[in-house]
Amino acid sequence: MHRSSKLNDLFVRVGILPILLLVAIVVFALASENFLTIRNLTNVLRQSVYLMIISLGQMLALITGGFDLSVGTIVALTSVVGAMVMAGVYATVPDLAWVAIAIGCIAGISAGTLVGVCNGIGVAVFNVSPFIMSLGMLSVGFGIALYLTGGMPVYGMPQEFGDLFGFGTFLGIPVPIYIALMTISVMYFLLNWTVIGRYFYAVGGNIKAARLSGIKTRFILFWTYVLCALLAAIAGMLLTARLDTGEANIGASMPLQSIAACVIAGVSLRGGVGRVESVVLGALFIGLVQNGMNLARIESYLQTVVLGGLLIFAVVADQVRLRYFTSQKY
Amino acid sequence: MMSDGKELPLLRLVNITKEFPGVRALNDVNFELKSGEVHVLFGENGAGKSTLISIVAGATKPTAGEVWIRGESVHLNSVHEAREFGISAVFQEFSLVPQMTVEENLFLGSEIVRAGILQKRAIRKRVKGMLEDLEFQLPISRRVDQLTRAEQQMVEIAKAFRSELLILILDEPTASLTQQETSQLFRLINRLKSQNIGIIYITHRISEVREIGDRITVLRDGCFVDTVDAKSTTEIELVRLMAGRVVSEIFPLIDFQPGETLLDVSGLHTADDSVRNASVRVCRGEIVGLAGLVGSGKSEFAQACFGALSISGGTVSLAGVDVTGASIQAMLRHGVLYLPQDRKTDGLVMMRSARENISLASLCERPVSRGWLLDKRSERKMVEDVAGTFKLPRERIELAVEHFSGGNQQKVMLARSHTQNFSLFVFDEPTVGVDVGTRIAIYQFIVELCKCGAGILLISSDLPEILHLTNRVYIFFQKQIQAELEGGDITEENVLSHFFEKAQG
Repeated sequence: MHRSSKLNDLFVRVGILPILLLVAIVVFALASENFLTIRNLTNVLRQSVYLMIISLGQMLALITGGFDLSVGTIVALTSVVGAMVMAGVYATVPDLAWVAIAIGCIAGISAGTLVGVCNGIGVAVFNVSPFIMSLGMLSVGFGIALYLTGGMPVYGMPQEFGDLFGFGTFLGIPVPIYIALMTISVMYFLLNWTVIGRYFYAVGGNIKAARLSGIKTRFILFWTYVLCALLAAIAGMLLTARLDTGEANIGASMPLQSIAACVIAGVSLRGGVGRVESVVLGALFIGLVQNGMNLARIESYLQTVVLGGLLIFAVVADQVRLRYFTSQKY
Repeated sequence: MMSDGKELPLLRLVNITKEFPGVRALNDVNFELKSGEVHVLFGENGAGKSTLISIVAGATKPTAGEVWIRGESVHLNSVHEAREFGISAVFQEFSLVPQMTVEENLFLGSEIVRAGILQKRAIRKRVKGMLEDLEFQLPISRRVDQLTRAEQQMVEIAKAFRSELLILILDEPTASLTQQETSQLFRLINRLKSQNIGIIYITHRISEVREIGDRITVLRDGCFVDTVDAKSTTEIELVRLMAGRVVSEIFPLIDFQPGETLLDVSGLHTADDSVRNASVRVCRGEIVGLAGLVGSGKSEFAQACFGALSISGGTVSLAGVDVTGASIQAMLRHGVLYLPQDRKTDGLVMMRSARENISLASLCERPVSRGWLLDKRSERKMVEDVAGTFKLPRERIELAVEHFSGGNQQKVMLARSHTQNFSLFVFDEPTVGVDVGTRIAIYQFIVELCKCGAGILLISSDLPEILHLTNRVYIFFQKQIQAELEGGDITEENVLSHFFEKAQG
């Protein structure tokens, strides 16, 4: 009785993620001797970067009590628009590769962020539920991306783009990891050390109380979806560099994976709760699981099953945890 | 083992102990309920009342101790099992489906079914019969969310009568009822008593205890203090038992020194037509009451002044400056703080810490922030100081407020008033659902603010609060101000006479 209550206390305090991480590492280390090598772990980190950045945006939406199903579409639209513009500019002025890269990135990220602006206007101004708004934009954005490309990959970007943002390293560490570190730092600072950051939590925790405390709730909700889209767009551009093509079909698994990463990391679906450092670990965990399953030669179709199961399991664990929490009053 | 000689008690709890991880909520508590009696459970927040009734209702299992029903030892493993013994509870938070009709709610979960098909006619007949027995006049085909709170409570009580009822638990049933609705509830309770039903009644209101109770069991810090006779025990004695100390006065004495006019509202109309043509004046150093039934417009009036409801006519001025239609942000900057009545839905961010909740309305001001950067160290220092003023435990300010007791939650919300130099405070039902100890602290706090020269607008459905704390009262009736009373004219009779109908002339 007493021992189990100690275990419960631990679970209540730290949540499900550390336990899951530990289990995953032990299982995969036993399953494959290649798993716990520096090379493989660096690989996991590099592959998780995209999900990590997107999950940080998703976390914002979840903290304010909503979610964003359109993050995958944003990745796709960014990729397609960015690649087309970059290739177009590069074809016109082949000598100015870096100008083409800059213009392409700006165009791609703007296109992706525009989806977030629409989400933000819908949710904040017209009170459309985040579910419907982002589901609608998912279809709109995906449709545009397919229409622009006719479903074909976009080629013709300068070599330097992929060389730097896709495969480049600095001091032996892949460039995308630096960019992820930058976004993580900015988000950590924003949420923990600025007034706006506190507003996100308050709006998600109790929008009425937030309004009566003088917070411009519509303003906050609008920026939530814009920031979420901006982060997804950055990830979209990085993915484009890695693939060296603009594709409309990347990112389809991102809504589920990013929500899973957040929920496993203890971000509350009821809003108001969530920490940057946990979400980073959550995304890393999903990367780890995917990598481990690849090493164990589990088919990719089955991997999808496992990820869905993990998401549901995390929510169940969160509910159980909540039940222990609410039995304590001071 | 018989207690009264005549018959076995309906319910007996013997040496009940309940432990939660890290907390002992109940320690060796004894309790007895006879048929046809109203047994009041009395105690401060956190004394263990809620835990005790959730054990009786079958929602919680005791760690140790026995439950006896009519002389038989029983184990209540679920709410369902408790209900089969005839035990039903009406909690503060109702278990009704707002989108369903009264009828559908009443038989939810035990619908009359034949071959899988709802027998709507039979259900309607049973519902009508039940409501007639209870003498409830409820519109049975109306959706529950269109009913008043009192009517919803009647539905909740009627639900308990679906099967044979032995014990009814009422958890602060009058917390959000008006005076009139309360007396209606009391008539019902008296009728239930005559049917030999035993009633466990939780309340924080001392006047109620003596009006409706037969016996009182006082709990303090999870321990049984005493069971006393309700009629012969004085209020002072009760407060002493509950708080473990003598509290000579609940309402502090105030010497009003009204200064210059702070808030001057004339001819206010709200855009949603919840207030019509209301004019109110509040000066520095006075407590102005807004009385009236729930829905009379008193709360909406205050919200409109604060910028939370849009205004379609009239003017609002603050210390001579016209602020008609100003935003909530602007009103806060002008030094007006509105503290809403429902701390859970409108006041607090329940899953965040007390620190964040206290500084919420002052996030853009020093010392909490500089520009758009938070200064967490000085925020923490300020919150610790304020928490000290309100006797909130310092070590708990990082804890989410959902883990606080009702009284402490209220204190967290009130603590916001010390985070800036506000000059006008609007308290909307500041003592709903708090214990006497906290209530006294809140009154003292309000009076202190008033003495320091602030203007106070006190919205309250609790009549004694209006009578003893205010020096002027506006009485709302059907969206309009019906009367203004001042000083010695504020008597129970005078105030009540304007509550329900239009005065002549």
